[in-house]
Amino acid sequence: MKTLVIADHDNGSLKPETSKTINAALKLGFAVDVLIAGENVAPMSEIVASIAGVNTVLVADHSEYAHQLAENIADLVLSLAPDYSHLVASATTTGKNFMPRVAALLDVAQISEIIDVVDADTFKRPIYAGNAIATVKSLDSKKVLTVRASSFDLQGEQAPAESRVVDSVFSSELSAFVSVEQTESERPELTAAQVVISGGRGMQNGENFSLLNGIADKLGAAIGASRAAVDAGFVPNDMQVGQTGKIVAPNLYIAVGISGAIQHLAGMKDSKVIVAINKDPDAPIFQVADYGLVADLFDVLPELEQAL
Amino acid sequence: MKVLVPIKRVIDYNVKARVKADNSDVDLTNVKMALNPFCEIAIEEAIRLKEAGTATEVIAVTIGAKASQEQLRTALALGADKAIHIETDEKLESLHVAKLLAKIVEQEAPELVILGKQSIDSDNNQTGQMLAALTGRGQGTFASKVDIANGTVNVTREVDGGLQTVALKLPAVVTTDLRLNEPRYASLPNIMKAKRKPLEVIAADSLGVDLTPRIELVAVHEPAKRSGGIIVDDVAQLVDLLKTQAKVI
Repeated sequence: MKTLVIADHDNGSLKPETSKTINAALKLGFAVDVLIAGENVAPMSEIVASIAGVNTVLVADHSEYAHQLAENIADLVLSLAPDYSHLVASATTTGKNFMPRVAALLDVAQISEIIDVVDADTFKRPIYAGNAIATVKSLDSKKVLTVRASSFDLQGEQAPAESRVVDSVFSSELSAFVSVEQTESERPELTAAQVVISGGRGMQNGENFSLLNGIADKLGAAIGASRAAVDAGFVPNDMQVGQTGKIVAPNLYIAVGISGAIQHLAGMKDSKVIVAINKDPDAPIFQVADYGLVADLFDVLPELEQAL
Repeated sequence: MKVLVPIKRVIDYNVKARVKADNSDVDLTNVKMALNPFCEIAIEEAIRLKEAGTATEVIAVTIGAKASQEQLRTALALGADKAIHIETDEKLESLHVAKLLAKIVEQEAPELVILGKQSIDSDNNQTGQMLAALTGRGQGTFASKVDIANGTVNVTREVDGGLQTVALKLPAVVTTDLRLNEPRYASLPNIMKAKRKPLEVIAADSLGVDLTPRIELVAVHEPAKRSGGIIVDDVAQLVDLLKTQAKVI
């Protein structure tokens, strides 16, 4: 029995989800190898080798893997699968993209977004937007898992493990990379930030989101949004925190003008401390908030920025 | 070009799921059911392709108990041309669903399959990718834009940190994200018309797919509840408590 974790990165930097996914994989109780597939990934492979608990790093460095196209990455993982009992990836947009493809090609089920490892076959995962937690047991001989990284801890460091080059190249004719448009931001990524401040429909428009900037700057926070704010066109979808957006669990989550729909709570209710600012005292967000402030956000935000 | 839209009947997104007292599953007795929101977006996109003259026929397909025909009628009312109901009372997993859909893809040979990225009940986010793998097609998941020209579909994908555009050779599979479009409502005349559109029923076990469970549902529990907090008087008290009590700033 042996586990393969597929590292998540953007060719420049390793995503923090990778370390947390390794943490989850180690709970399975077997040796953990990590595959890093991409272009010019040598510097990152050294970082991976130094994550505590990593046995061997498999490095697949080729332009065909540069954009993490699901068709190519799935074929690569499939070629390595015979050596492993467990295949594990982060439930990021990259892992969610290629992993079910791997599972189908192996003719096994995938267990998505696990939040706890009960034993090597049994896992806990949220269903119905996190309103229920299912304990599921895989009956397949090979397990394909994705991990909700926010439910696991970062791993420490170790003396670098050995690495091995994987030189097989899979190049599918099915898909090709066209372009990428990165959201420019000086702020930490939502899923990695220690503090997140999110705005909802109560922000009224996209311009008003700038009221969150000063507070985010002072707290080193990422800025998020509710689905209502995204649907209303205030901000782009990659800022969305919720069942259908990003799942976050920072030390401090500040919800501003967010009513607290089930959908949104599913994405943030595991945060350590939750602050809610809303002028409606009956808003459901107050039921999950540690600290609630019933007030008009347009009065509160400048005051809060001053007070920090 | 033929477009296939697999859809799912799920708990209405405004309804909070409750866990059964014996912790065996979620209780869906007398709960309002509806078309999965991401499936609505998939139907809308297919209908728009037809209105633009790109698609010639839109076929909606679902897998489930007899009641799921209600959602197929919704799809027909929104503009799908015909519907296929793969009937089963079994609770199926994503892999089973993808295998059954692969049979329909074989039978109907659609150039494009558009389906929701995930259903809001099991939250798996797997079926589209699995279907693409099983049918040997390219996949464009989490789509916020779909452009079809010259045997290629360009899909702009919502990825962590931005947008990625990929070009897929047709035939291909696309899964929808929230911003792809805003679904329309069915008009009353169209709802009436939908009742006369063709709806084919196929027994799931007639398709030659092994539907043996691969996952055992051991238990379902309520998530840990957060204990209620306190309401603060003003910003000063809030900042003070965050510093001295919660110690997070």
